[in-house]
Amino acid sequence: MKTIYLDNNATTKVADEVLEAMLPYFNQLYGNPSSMHTFGGQVGQRIRDAREQVAALLGALPEEIVFTSCGTESDNAAIHSALATRPDKKHIVISRVEHPAIRALCTHLGTQGYKITELPVNKNGILDLENLEKSLTPDTAIVSLMWANNETGVIFPVEEAARMTHDRGILFHTDAVQATGKIPINMKNNVIDMLSISGHKLHAPKGIGVLYIRRGTKFSPFLIGGHQEKGRRGGTENTAGIIGLGKACELAAKNIGTENIRVKQLRDKLEQALLKAVPQSRVNGDIQHRLPNTTNISFEYVEGEAILLLMNELGICASSGSACTSGSLQPSHVLRAMGVPFTMAHGSIRFSLSVYNTEEEVDFVIEKMPAIIERLRGMSPFWNQGQQACTNQ
Amino acid sequence: MWEYTDKVKEHFLNPRNVGEIENPDGVAEVGSLACGDALKLTFKLDENKRIKDAKFKTFGCASAIASSSALTEMIKGMTVDEALKVTNQDIAQFLGGLPDEKMHCSVMGKQALEKAIENYRGAPALEPGAKIICECFGVTDKEIERAIRENNLATVEDVTNYTKAGGGCGNCQDAIAQILERVKAEAKPEVKPKLTNIQKIRLIEETIEREVRPSLKHDGGDIEIIDIIGNRVIVALRGACATCKASNITLKDFVEYRLRELVSPDINVEEAST
Repeated sequence: MKTIYLDNNATTKVADEVLEAMLPYFNQLYGNPSSMHTFGGQVGQRIRDAREQVAALLGALPEEIVFTSCGTESDNAAIHSALATRPDKKHIVISRVEHPAIRALCTHLGTQGYKITELPVNKNGILDLENLEKSLTPDTAIVSLMWANNETGVIFPVEEAARMTHDRGILFHTDAVQATGKIPINMKNNVIDMLSISGHKLHAPKGIGVLYIRRGTKFSPFLIGGHQEKGRRGGTENTAGIIGLGKACELAAKNIGTENIRVKQLRDKLEQALLKAVPQSRVNGDIQHRLPNTTNISFEYVEGEAILLLMNELGICASSGSACTSGSLQPSHVLRAMGVPFTMAHGSIRFSLSVYNTEEEVDFVIEKMPAIIERLRGMSPFWNQGQQACTNQ
Repeated sequence: MWEYTDKVKEHFLNPRNVGEIENPDGVAEVGSLACGDALKLTFKLDENKRIKDAKFKTFGCASAIASSSALTEMIKGMTVDEALKVTNQDIAQFLGGLPDEKMHCSVMGKQALEKAIENYRGAPALEPGAKIICECFGVTDKEIERAIRENNLATVEDVTNYTKAGGGCGNCQDAIAQILERVKAEAKPEVKPKLTNIQKIRLIEETIEREVRPSLKHDGGDIEIIDIIGNRVIVALRGACATCKASNITLKDFVEYRLRELVSPDINVEEAST
C-alpha cells in the first residue's frame, strides 16, 4: 500500500539531497571538528558552511546561529537564558496555544516562583497585541510567542510583538519551528532576540535544531560543557545533522517561493473539496493568516482517532486534536483556547502538506474522506439528532 | 499510536450490531459529545426472556467502537441477570485487552448495559445515594467506587483511565483520592476458598511453573518439586541456583513469598536435603 503522507507538521521526509550530503560524515569524514588534526579539522569547515546556509535562510549572521539537538532544547535554552541573565525578573509571557516545549516548561517554572501570563487567542486563533501590551510589566523577563501554530497553521504577528516588547527592554523569543522554510523569515527586518528551529520539520533529520541568538544578546548556556558553539552549547557537534540541516535550509530557501505556491494550491484544493463534500465540517483557524501547507478541519459528530485509523487503512497519514489521540482526556489545548466547541474539537483532523505531495495524492484523499466520515457518522448516536448532550463544559 | 490488539482492530473495522432496535425492551445512552465518547445501547428479549438482539451506536475512538461491538456480541443469548454479571474486565478480555488509558471505553460499555437493564426493569437511572464527583464527565462516587473495587485501582490516574473522572479540569482529584483511601480501608483481606489437597497441589505446581520457574531459568537456574506434605513444600534447586550462595534468599523471599501470596499464607518452603 502506498503511503500518502499529509502529516508534515509532525515530521518530514529527509530530502534525498540532504541525506546524500550527510552520508560521508558518518563513516568517512567522522572526525571531531575540535581535533588538532586535519582529518577532524576539515569537518569544521563544513560546519561553517552549514552555519552560513542556515543564516542565509533566516537573513541572519552565521555567528548568530547555535546548533542544538531539537526545537525543544532551543526553546528551553532561550527561556532559561533569559531568566539566568535577568535574575531579578520573575515574569514570563507566553500564549495559550504554545507548543508543550514552551508551555510545559512554563508550567514547571510557575511552581519555581515565576509568574506566567498566558495570552488568550480569539476564535480564529489570532492574538490581540493589545493584550500583550497590557501584560508587560517591569518584572517581565521574556515574551515567547510562536511564529506559526503547529495545529492550525495560524501565524502570529511576532515581528510587531517583538518591537512592542523590545521597546520596553524585554527579551523576545519565538518558536519558529513550523514557520521556518514555509514562510519568509528575515531577521534583518525585525528585532526578535531569539528564535528556535527544528531540523526535522524542514526535511533535515530528527535530532538537530537551531537557536538563533541576535548579536549582542546576553546568553547563558543551557548545556554547559566544552567550548563548542563558542561556549554557548556544550557537546560534540552532531556533524552529519548540522550538515544535513545546512543543506535542508539551502533547499528551503530555493523552494520557498515557487513550490509553496503549489503546496498552497494543493492545500486549498483539499480543503475546499472536503468542506464541499462533507456536510457539517469547518476549518479551525484564521484562513488568511495561515501557513500555506496546513489545514485543520473539524468533522462534527465523529471522533478523530476513529477517523485517523480508517484513513490509516488506506495509507493516509494525518493527525487529530481529539482527546483520544492526545493521551489526555481533553481535546487539544489549541482548539480549546480558540473556544472550538468540544463537538467540533473531537472530530478535528490536521492535514499538513509538503513539497513532496502530489495532486494525485490529494485527489485520492478527496475521493476517500467523505465515505470515512459517513461510515463513522452512521455509527454515531448523535448524527441525525444534531443535539449536544453534555453541557458541563 | 495506541497498541490495539488485532481483535480490537477487527471489531473497529467490522463492528457487529451497529444500529438501533425499534421498540426495544431496554435502552440506554451514556457519555456525551462533549466528553468525547458516547454509546446508545438497545436490546430486545425473546419469549424466554433471553437477549435476542442487541445493537449499538457509538461516537468515539476505535476502542469505544470495538468495546460496544464486543458487548453486543457477548450479551446475546444471556438473561438480563446473566448480562448484569458482565464486567468491564470481561469486555476488555473479550478484545484481548485494552491499553490502560482506554479502559474507560469498556467501563462505558458496562455502564450502558446496566442502564439499559435498569430501563427495562423500570428502575431509577441514578443509583440511590449516588453523588456526582466529576462535574466534567458526570461521574458519580458509586461509579468510582465500583471501578476501584472491580479493577483493583490504586491511584487517581488509574481512576481517570478507567472512569474519566478527574481527567477534565482536575478539580475533583482530591475527592477521588479520598474515595480511593476509603475503599482501600474498607477492603478486607480476601478470603480465599478452602482448597482440597489435590487443588492445593495443582495450584502449587501451577504457581511454580508460571510465576517462579521462568525467573529462575532466566538466571540459568531451575526448580523441582520433590514433595508436598500439608503446607510444607519441599523443593530442590537446580542449575545455577544449586550452587548459588543466595539460594536461601531465593527460596524464602521469592518462592515462598509467591506461594504464600497466590496459594495460601501458611505455606512453608524447604529445600530437600541432599
